[in-house]
Amino acid sequence: MNTKPALSAMNTIEFRDVAFHINDIPARPIVSGISLAVSQGETLVLLGRSGSGKTTLLRLINGLLMPSQGEILVNGRSTAALDLIRLRRAIGYVIQEAGLFPHFTVAENVGLVPSLEKWDRCRTAVRVGELLTLVGLDPTEFADRHPRELSGGQRQRVGVARALAADPPILLMDEPFGALDPVTRAELQREFSALARRLGKTIVFVTHDLHEALLLATRIVLLQTGRIVASATPQEFLRLDHPEVRAFTASLAVTPGASA
Amino acid sequence: MTTWTFFNDHRDEIFGATLDHLTLVIIAMVIAILIGVPLGMLIVQRPTLRAIALGIASIFQTIPSLALFGFLIPIPFIGGIGKRTAIVALVLYALLPILRNTYVGLTGIDPAVLEAAQAMGMTRAQILFRVRFPLALAVILAGIRTATIITIGVATIAAAIGAGGLGTFIFRGVALVSDALILAGAIPAALLALLADFLLGLVERRLKVS
Repeated sequence: MNTKPALSAMNTIEFRDVAFHINDIPARPIVSGISLAVSQGETLVLLGRSGSGKTTLLRLINGLLMPSQGEILVNGRSTAALDLIRLRRAIGYVIQEAGLFPHFTVAENVGLVPSLEKWDRCRTAVRVGELLTLVGLDPTEFADRHPRELSGGQRQRVGVARALAADPPILLMDEPFGALDPVTRAELQREFSALARRLGKTIVFVTHDLHEALLLATRIVLLQTGRIVASATPQEFLRLDHPEVRAFTASLAVTPGASA
Repeated sequence: MTTWTFFNDHRDEIFGATLDHLTLVIIAMVIAILIGVPLGMLIVQRPTLRAIALGIASIFQTIPSLALFGFLIPIPFIGGIGKRTAIVALVLYALLPILRNTYVGLTGIDPAVLEAAQAMGMTRAQILFRVRFPLALAVILAGIRTATIITIGVATIAAAIGAGGLGTFIFRGVALVSDALILAGAIPAALLALLADFLLGLVERRLKVS
């Protein structure tokens, strides 16, 4: 398990008393009272049940949602003041069903952000090859395939490669392995955990799976009904005495072979 | 006189009427596509305009075609007797399938794909032209195919207001109680429809992305 502290004290992402509610109905916020700092190189896992607001927090970081209250700083600047297109191109994003473009080949999918950033063809091709190799796919075999010709696990690998294409310092991942079968999921989790340590990216990872959180996190933040109820390193987390933490550790106990 | 000898004797006339018919259909379809596809793109983000546009297009579709041709005759500029009026009516008929399929195609895209596109920093225009439009193309083309077949059929009625085409034979055949004349209009029209359906179906299959 990864125990190394954050390399730098610099906060890459910071939530300052953030609340978000839909259609200006403050009585029923999706998330509220969120103050949270993510330092550089950290793998922060947002853990919580369905509907606890973890995906909302993730989408607030790259401006897919804007806070109703408070502000979010990325590299010290409020997302409200940033060009969201530029911001998003500097943040990798991986989602559950991968969201690959079905009319693009694997190479075109991975090369999308470079193409938006107008890299030349040659540089993009080299980069695509590197990334496919990095995520364990042979470029000569996979580059020209379409997403429908891939397995779920392969699609998710392409999703990760695509997010890394323009070498963004920040990576947001929303249950990226959630739709995979357990064997493939475990395989990808292991590989990704090694990859994350090697790349030194700042990663915010959303999951409802405590096992996955323990495997990947340098810090776990637990959400319940839109509020942060716990924040701890994986080792500390298991010892916390909060009902929601106990609910999650109990879920771990019934999973055989879950000793991370 | 048998149908076959009639066909043989009036080859050139039938061929000319078929060309007229086809011209009518092609002009109407080009105009309908030029209106329907951009309008369909426009109504994706505008619910009020969407309700109005789809509502009006649906109303035209419910008006019996002969009545629609009749209604248009007294209207200035677009009305009167002849090809122009016929084309206006055909465009109005073709609009609904094109408009609806464009809208359905553009909105029926996997939300995960659109979310990814947005999160990767594509602009709205880039999402529309590089993601939504290519993915919707097969559905849009299915609408164009339906509209073309409808238009080929409805265009036979355009002869009633002096627009020419294969309907001329049919109306004359009905008046003279001549099967040969009716078939001289109906058979080429049916063949045109089948051919259009087949060719556009081929293109549609090539564009399909799953």
